[in-house]
Amino acid sequence: MPNSRIKVPESAKRGAVVEIRAMIMHPMENGFNTDTQGTTIPVHIITDFVCRFLGEEIVRVKLEPGLAANPYFAFYLKPKRGGEVEFEWTDQDGSVTRASAMLNVT
Amino acid sequence: MNRKGVAISVVTQLLVAAQTCCAASPAAGAERSGYEFLSPETRRLQDDDFANPGMFWVDQGRTLWARAEPASGKSCESCHQQSRMAASAIGFPKYSAAVGHLINLEQQINRCRSEHLKASPWAYESQELLAMTSFLSHLAKGRAIEVAIDGEAAESFKRGRQFFYQRRGQLNLSCANCHEQHAGDRLHGETISQGQTNGFPVYRQLWQTLGSTHRMFAWCNEAVRAEPYAAGSREYVDLELYERWRGRGLKVESPAVRR
Repeated sequence: MPNSRIKVPESAKRGAVVEIRAMIMHPMENGFNTDTQGTTIPVHIITDFVCRFLGEEIVRVKLEPGLAANPYFAFYLKPKRGGEVEFEWTDQDGSVTRASAMLNVT
Repeated sequence: MNRKGVAISVVTQLLVAAQTCCAASPAAGAERSGYEFLSPETRRLQDDDFANPGMFWVDQGRTLWARAEPASGKSCESCHQQSRMAASAIGFPKYSAAVGHLINLEQQINRCRSEHLKASPWAYESQELLAMTSFLSHLAKGRAIEVAIDGEAAESFKRGRQFFYQRRGQLNLSCANCHEQHAGDRLHGETISQGQTNGFPVYRQLWQTLGSTHRMFAWCNEAVRAEPYAAGSREYVDLELYERWRGRGLKVESPAVRR
């Protein structure tokens, strides 16, 4: 399972804009690289990234081989009430990496 | 003693004094970290502990540090206190009496593994070795590099310096040709750095991954179309010592981000 890193503020004021960050350790092989023997390294990427807040999808990204390794996303959320922020990365081989954090709204 | 003799002996004393003082105190200030040659965007990436991709390896290293090896039931923590390891990385490469020659941090980690943890050594550039090296180097972040070049290390230091000034490869360039004589100048779209090693292991954007000092040496050697030496070879450990000494006083930045 790849390492992932997320950043969600512990608490936020109702209606205030908060920054959410997410990053995953992944080589994002684009299919154009070769190993030391000259053999082509096949494409190996994360295909989908989804972030949900209170069960509702707030961000969905479809990733392509052109992206750099260790894809990093930062986006903003304006919460009306507190709840769980869930993150989900899907690898092309079908494996899914999940992470989540609580966001308390005061 | 004639005047010339006096002058020479004064110079020698100054050199000795310079060497002893430099080993203990920050250097004169001509040394500039690769950080200073970076674009503002890349600097921000390095400074942000969240976005800096190198921190993944540091996290991994922290896990490995506490992981017990099945053969001995011991982990790094069994012998070392993490809080007391902050200064460990800044002194490498250093002479090891047990081995009888100079070893770098990677080799010390592997020695610990085979001697005390009864585990197989990690291969050079393996994720595990990079993780442990970056974790230990990260503990030393902000501390000044300080290596010993006297005594048993003196011969290695001499060879390392010789390597640095030796022209090599089809392009017939020495390390010094670029990183000393042309540091700060442009090479196509790049600014040539001083080639300092205080940020290693670095996350190199070109590689899209973390790399060791020796991978960088090999890359540089290939860039001047010279046959690179093996990672962990005596030649590269000697060069690493000279490079560390050259950057004495610079603060450790590991894991740094470089182009």
